[in-house]
This record gives sequence, C-alpha cells and structure tokens, in this order.
Amino acid sequence: MTEPAGTALKRTPLHGAHVRLGARMIGFGGWDMPVQYAGIVEEHKTVRAAVGLFDVSHMGEFEFRGPAATQALQRLTTNDVRALAIGQVQYSLLCDEAGGIVDDLTLYRLGDETYLMTVNAANIEPDWTWVTGHLEGQVEATNVSEATGLIAVQGPHAERLVGRLADVDVTALGYYRFARGRVAGAAAIVSRTGYTGEDGFELYLRAEETERVWEALLAEGKPEGVAPIGLGARDTLRLEMKYALYGNDIDRTTNPLEAGLGWVVKPGKGEFVGRGAIEAVRAAGAPRRLVGFEMVDRAVARHGYPIRHDDAAVGVVTSGSYGPSVERYIGIGYVPVALAAVGTGIAVDVRGRGQRARVVRTPFQPSHVKK
Amino acid sequence: MSQIPADLRYTKEHEWAKVEGGRARVGITHYAQDQLGDVVFVELPTVGAAVRQMQTFGVVESVKAVSDLFAPLSGEVAEVNGDLVGHPEKVNQDPYGAGWLIVVKLADAREADALLTAQQYAQHLQSAGGH
Repeated sequence: MTEPAGTALKRTPLHGAHVRLGARMIGFGGWDMPVQYAGIVEEHKTVRAAVGLFDVSHMGEFEFRGPAATQALQRLTTNDVRALAIGQVQYSLLCDEAGGIVDDLTLYRLGDETYLMTVNAANIEPDWTWVTGHLEGQVEATNVSEATGLIAVQGPHAERLVGRLADVDVTALGYYRFARGRVAGAAAIVSRTGYTGEDGFELYLRAEETERVWEALLAEGKPEGVAPIGLGARDTLRLEMKYALYGNDIDRTTNPLEAGLGWVVKPGKGEFVGRGAIEAVRAAGAPRRLVGFEMVDRAVARHGYPIRHDDAAVGVVTSGSYGPSVERYIGIGYVPVALAAVGTGIAVDVRGRGQRARVVRTPFQPSHVKK
Repeated sequence: MSQIPADLRYTKEHEWAKVEGGRARVGITHYAQDQLGDVVFVELPTVGAAVRQMQTFGVVESVKAVSDLFAPLSGEVAEVNGDLVGHPEKVNQDPYGAGWLIVVKLADAREADALLTAQQYAQHLQSAGGH
C-alpha cells in the first residue's frame, strides 16, 4: 500500500547506511529510525564495554545570533546563560508560563552572542514555534536541523577512536565542553556530551558529510569493536542512568522540581518564562517526585503502569524495562513526596496484579563520564 | 536447524506444539522470537493450571514489547520451564529446544488437528509478509 503524501517518515542522512547494516527500522517521532541491529542487549553491552555509534541526526538544532542573543536565551531557558562560557555546553529547559516543561535541551555557546540549541526530534516543530514566538530583542534564530547531522560516539574507547579521526586534541576536552575542528576531514563540533552515562562525544556535522564520517568511524573503530547502536539500546542505556526522556518522564504536565531537574533552574538569574510558577511550586513544596525503583517481585514495570501503596493508586511509572548492565528490572516514576525516600516499598500494577518494588538510589549504574 | 521444524504443529499466533502421547511441549517459533527481539521476561502459569486452546496462558516480554502467549491445545500444565526465570534469552537462542515454555497434559489430543502443519505455518508466514 502506498503511503499518502505527507505521512511518509522522515529520513536522516544515515538511512541508507542503516538499511545496508541490516537494521530493524521503526517510525519514531515521524522519523524512520533503527531500533536495533545485532540486538538491544548486545548493543547496550557494547557501549558500556567498548564503543558504539548512534545516529541522532533526527534531533533538532536552532542557531541564535545577535546583540541580544544572550539576553533572549536567558529569558527563554531555565538555566543561567551568563554562566556558559564560549566552548561550553549546558543542559537546560524550556518551560511554559505554568512551569510545565516544553522541552529539555543542550545549549552551546559558540561566541559572545552566538549559540546552538539542540532539542528533541519529536519536538522540533513545537519548539521552533515556541522559541520564535517568545524571542525578544535583537536576536535572529535559524532552524538548522535539516542541514545538520549528529553522530554520538559513546563508550570507554570513544576517546581513542574519535581521537584518531579528529584534528583537535580530544583528550584535553572536558565534560560538557566542545571544540570546533574536523573529524575524518569533515567540519565538526566535537562535544563531550552524551545520553549513556559512558564517556563519549556527539559530533555535529553538515548533513551531506554525515554518512562519510559514519563510515569512517565504523571502519576506523574495528580494533575497538565499534558497532552501530539503535534506539532500543539508547533507551536502556539512559534508563540505567535515570536520564529523563521527554514524552515519557517529562512533558508539559510536569514541572522541573518534581522531575528532579531543579539543578538546571536558576531563579536568581532574573526573569524567564515559567519562573513565577516554578517558584510557587518551590514555596509550597512539590507534592510528588520522580524516583528510580527496582522490582522486588519478578515483573517488568513499563510506562503507564500505576504505582500503588497500601492498596491505593498513588503514582505512575514513566519509564521501565530490564537494565542489561544492572541485570535487574528497573523503572522511573512519580510518587508522592512522602514515599520518595530510598528504601520505600511500593507496588507496580502489572496486568492487574500488584508487584512489589523498592525506591532506590540513582543512577542505577555508575557514571563513567569524563571527570 | 530448520526454522520451522517439520515434526511440530503451529498456531497462527506463532506458538509451536510437540505432541507426544497424551502430552504436548509448547514454545514460540523462531519467527516470533526474532520479531520480539531480546526476551527479558516470561510469565508462565503454575503446574496444575488449566489452559484452553487459543486462550492466553502467559506473556513473553522483550525489552520493548509485551506479547500474549496463546495455548495451542487445552489441558493441564504438567511442567513449566524454570530455566527461563534466570535465562529468558534461551527463548531467543533455542526457541524449539531449551527455550520451551510449558508441557501440557492434553484434554483432547484431537485438538491438534486444528493446528497448522509446518508447511501451512510457512505459508502463513509468507502471506503475513514474514521471511
């Protein structure tokens, strides 16, 4: 059956490469993406033990420039842009007037008044509408998503691999820092960031050069055991780190304080969209918290399953699965603040039956990001 | 090893049954485990539980999906594969061997006539777009 025009899934510059590698493809946020190649568990373990490549070109990128760019971003995002140095990256949020999370993002300071903002793939259109609708002053925003490819290289051997192909000294690049140079001859922003909890890099490239760099990394990384990694393992890796996934753990109905993201909210910096609402939550105390838990009874907790305590429904699982590195059934979910302490017993409703679980310390897996 | 062993019977829901005397060993097919991806959890009935042909008797879960298991034949659960608790990946690695799910003491062996032969199951996969 032919798809009617306008409903076809979008493709990244690496689509052909995925098909050639035998990837199982799925639709994700409007994009035709690889969910797995060799298998989710194997790919997950490869990232923690060696090095893996992720196509994250579907994510969105917006550039901001102009004499008032810093000021505009200061009013639009929750984190303090004045604390961001040139060559540095910061994790931040776009919030609405009610304090709900519009998206989570990373912000790069390329120059005094030049920035790159990276947003989630499924939110590119609504984020662009939001940003352009809220920009004030002398600042120009450009949506460069389609012109930009993005490859994540993650794992203990990532530094060795990228180091051989980059013309910048990646050994000197600190966590949440970036450098501009060339990787396999292609102009790149080499960013020491990632979504796995392992050391690694995200390489921002021109869309038309992305496939060449991907193939170069795959070829050059053979001694390290490099492998392509799909969205399935991307999800289990970030779950083990309790990194929030927009749409699962955070969305417009959640505020940063209950989501454990108060650390990227800086009310002292001045006014920003959502500040008043967030401070009201802070003053009253957020009634619920996003916690990590592990199953005590053998069962898999999944997004949407109710969380119960003393026979009452008190919360909800926002993400859950099997963690291949921690070898346990784990999850993340919202519980009332009174039940948020580590060690608290809760239950997850799995197909109508309460399965015991316990709130635990997170991340579930130790972090190995560059210190 | 054949991906659709000739000596087994099959359901359209991708379970297999090996009928021996008054009992049948049950599992899911190679196609099913491949579609599921890495199996991380299997929920099975206890010994003594009743199962009914084409009704659900448990669940097999992969990293990303939850899938019902449909009983190929009716009867009473005589054995349950306890290995799958610690090693659910056996369903992927050896779906017709070590990845077996349950053994059923059959209520009526003639129910097997309603199941697909290996050839019919292969045709079912073809028309369903499987390969």
